[in-house]
Amino acid sequence: MAGSIQVRGLTKSFGAFRAVDDVTFEAAEGTITALLGPSGSGKSTVLRMIAGLEQPDAGSVWVAGEELTEASVQDRRLGFVFQHYALFRHMTVRKNVAFGLSVRRVDKGTQRERVDELLELVGLAPFGDRYPDQLSGGQRQRVALARALAPRPQVLLLDEPFGALDARVRQELRAWLDHLHRELGVTSLFVTHDQEEALELANEIVVMNHGRVEQVGPADAIYNQPATPFVAAFVGASNVLRGTVWERHVHFGHSIVAGAHEIPDGAEAIAYIRPHDIEITNEAGATSFPVAVERRTDMGWMSKLHLRLEDGQPLVAQLPNEEIVGVEAGQRLFANLRNPKVFAADRADVESVTVPGAIVAPAETQTEAQAEAQV
Amino acid sequence: MNAVSTSARANRRKARLWRALMLSVALLYVAVLLLAPLGGIIYYALKEGMGEVGHTFRQSDVRHAFYLTAIIMVVTVIVTTFFGIIVALVLARDRFVGKRLVSALVDLPLAVSPVIVGLMAVLLFGRGGWFEPFFAARGIQVIFALPSMILVTIFISIPFVIREVVPVLQELGMEEEQAAWTLGASRLQTFRRVTLPNIRWGLLYGIALSAARSIGEVGAVLIVSGSLQGQTETATLYILRAFDQYQEQQAYIVALTLASFSIVMLIGIETLKRRASREAG
Amino acid sequence: MFILLPVAAVLQSGFGNGLGNLQDALNSFGAQNAIKLTLMMAFLTAIINGVFGTLLAYIFVRVPFPGRDLLSTVVDLPFAVPTLVAGVMLVALYGPHSTVGGWLERHGIHIIFAPLGILLALLFVTLPLVVRSVQPVLIELDTAEEEAARVLGAGGLTTFRKVVFPALRPAITAGALLAFARSLGEFGAIVFVSGNIPNKTLTAPVLITQLLNPTTFGAVAGPGEAAAVSSLLFLFSFVLVLITERVSSHSLQRASEL
Repeated sequence: MAGSIQVRGLTKSFGAFRAVDDVTFEAAEGTITALLGPSGSGKSTVLRMIAGLEQPDAGSVWVAGEELTEASVQDRRLGFVFQHYALFRHMTVRKNVAFGLSVRRVDKGTQRERVDELLELVGLAPFGDRYPDQLSGGQRQRVALARALAPRPQVLLLDEPFGALDARVRQELRAWLDHLHRELGVTSLFVTHDQEEALELANEIVVMNHGRVEQVGPADAIYNQPATPFVAAFVGASNVLRGTVWERHVHFGHSIVAGAHEIPDGAEAIAYIRPHDIEITNEAGATSFPVAVERRTDMGWMSKLHLRLEDGQPLVAQLPNEEIVGVEAGQRLFANLRNPKVFAADRADVESVTVPGAIVAPAETQTEAQAEAQV
Repeated sequence: MNAVSTSARANRRKARLWRALMLSVALLYVAVLLLAPLGGIIYYALKEGMGEVGHTFRQSDVRHAFYLTAIIMVVTVIVTTFFGIIVALVLARDRFVGKRLVSALVDLPLAVSPVIVGLMAVLLFGRGGWFEPFFAARGIQVIFALPSMILVTIFISIPFVIREVVPVLQELGMEEEQAAWTLGASRLQTFRRVTLPNIRWGLLYGIALSAARSIGEVGAVLIVSGSLQGQTETATLYILRAFDQYQEQQAYIVALTLASFSIVMLIGIETLKRRASREAG
Repeated sequence: MFILLPVAAVLQSGFGNGLGNLQDALNSFGAQNAIKLTLMMAFLTAIINGVFGTLLAYIFVRVPFPGRDLLSTVVDLPFAVPTLVAGVMLVALYGPHSTVGGWLERHGIHIIFAPLGILLALLFVTLPLVVRSVQPVLIELDTAEEEAARVLGAGGLTTFRKVVFPALRPAITAGALLAFARSLGEFGAIVFVSGNIPNKTLTAPVLITQLLNPTTFGAVAGPGEAAAVSSLLFLFSFVLVLITERVSSHSLQRASEL
């Protein structure tokens, strides 16, 4: 239990707006967990409640087996990294990093050693006497991290730590945070709206929307077995196909796809298909159905195929060029759909169908697929 | 091609003319309105030479007047700074009903005539006033004595610290303080080590304004002090009396002293502030 | 916050004492003229400094020239100078025994002991109020709008009239209101310069001190009338503060919407 984070039934409203609704999850010791969700999903509020910067209306917060719900921010001994760094502008880098130690009256010698150690760790050893406004964004965030880690906190909380940085720096810091976590093994919980970041860094992902937890699980479970339509649409690019259920298959026009396991016959359903889970063949197979190729965009090692089903719904496939040699616009071929994630249509509210999720593959595919998915 | 470039040049010349015009008008206005009087008093105060200046400072009632002004200034500055910071923190950070009203109340002393402030003090603390019995019973003389002079000066000087600090606090936001909390700093520690250094310059400027205002106050203290020569006469009240009694030279000298003190103080803070921001940048 | 409680208490006492005597007070001691003079002077001050204050703010923000910082400090001078000293300065400069004053008197321009002196004193004291009210708003103003106007063919003056001025209007109004309120209550700067001639150069604040001066607090006249005039003045000021607050928060709202 040491070093683990547990929240149970956390709820918080701001006036009439319910920001966090009965959130429960656990981050095991030594792991790095992501709170993933769109803006307004309540993820930052959850993090701040764990830190004590906000008070929950209901629910409890446990760290290392100890309940912290009533404890003050100061007593919680958690490290917190802010999106906009929140470095103390009138102090040097060294003073910033040493702050948590000097507040606890640690002796100067020990302070200096620890600061040196951390500056070394974050690669900023020569910058000790600079002021925050003399550093770049990426450097400032590293200082913020060193500062949070200096007092050896039980857990590390990060609120969209790379949100204020530009894309390239974000990538660098992401790799670097990963490396840091492996070295230090501090239980970490970070908030992000960037699913790529979550999928890459986290051992466990908690997907949130509208203040509720949609799904908790490791990255591949989230990606391949989304529990709700929202998760399916938000994480990874998806094609969205609507049809009616008959005998555990979803029928759209003459095409069918399996997987409608618990949905009664006659009900409407939605199937989410990843662009790379589509197989193109020349001949009809047992489960394939006819599609027309409307456009092919060559993107180097792979291509995007804009297809249309017989009932008019669009489908975007993304396949390596070697698998689709000779495929061109105007042809009529057959498609096989793998790994469809099927949900009853009434479960998928309008929003989740049109939510633009960031994607693992190049961004272009996603926007097009989503735009076309708005049937 | 030619037509375009000539008209462009003409436009630029017109713009430059406009600017020159604006500048000269503004400069002239400032010169006549602000600088000329300042020059005037410097000239007339020092006209009789430094000997006269020395003589003025040696007079006992002048010294007492300065002494009184100094005490009032110190007490006022301490009180307005202390309460000013607290009120500024509340106004800038907390949300509560009637915040706009409090904000307007804070600005009230700026808009109200100091004469009215003096009157209010008389009504409250003078004979027949609300608080009079309370103080009379304890043998504390409020009106016609130092305490009331200090009180009215405090009232008048309240807004300055608050008005300078609030916008600074609003711009800073609370993140640095929150970061300090997560690192284990208590509220007091956070205030001392994070908030205070951050509001440093705004605070000092507000204090300087407050001090300048307190040494310059005349209307309210006139009413409240009874102007007992040598006892409850501040520097400003001395100037009033000196003029009445045709001791204009002395009045000019004391006036110039007061003005110089405030000006030096404000310029000092201004320079420090500018140097600080240059260092940080 | 508890320092503001006495303020509330004081408000009540001021009004309680004044209402009864209001009529008498207004009909005697040249009170009516004093109030009229005060209002008119304050109004003129607000207008004149409204214009010049804005001009100065504009220069500080938009027109670079050597010594600009120095000018900025000079404009803040009235904040440092005690109001009484301001009056003294004017007397020193324009008094009948000074060279400048003498010259002006000979040409029929009366400054000391005349309304013009009062006006100069008020202008002196209130100039920085307007400048400092307008300047921050001007700084925040994005030049993009003005440049767009110029690209579309508007000349300098038109651009100012149609783009800059409307955006500045709330700040200018707030500054002018502040100057007005300040002028209503000004004592120290005026008491020397005006000579306090009843019905000619006597202003309301000076009148109030005179009413209180025979310091016999048992008497019925004096404090009562003083309270009456004060209450009126006070009402004006308070209303002005509320208006200013509304105007400035409006402009803050709009600025944040921009």
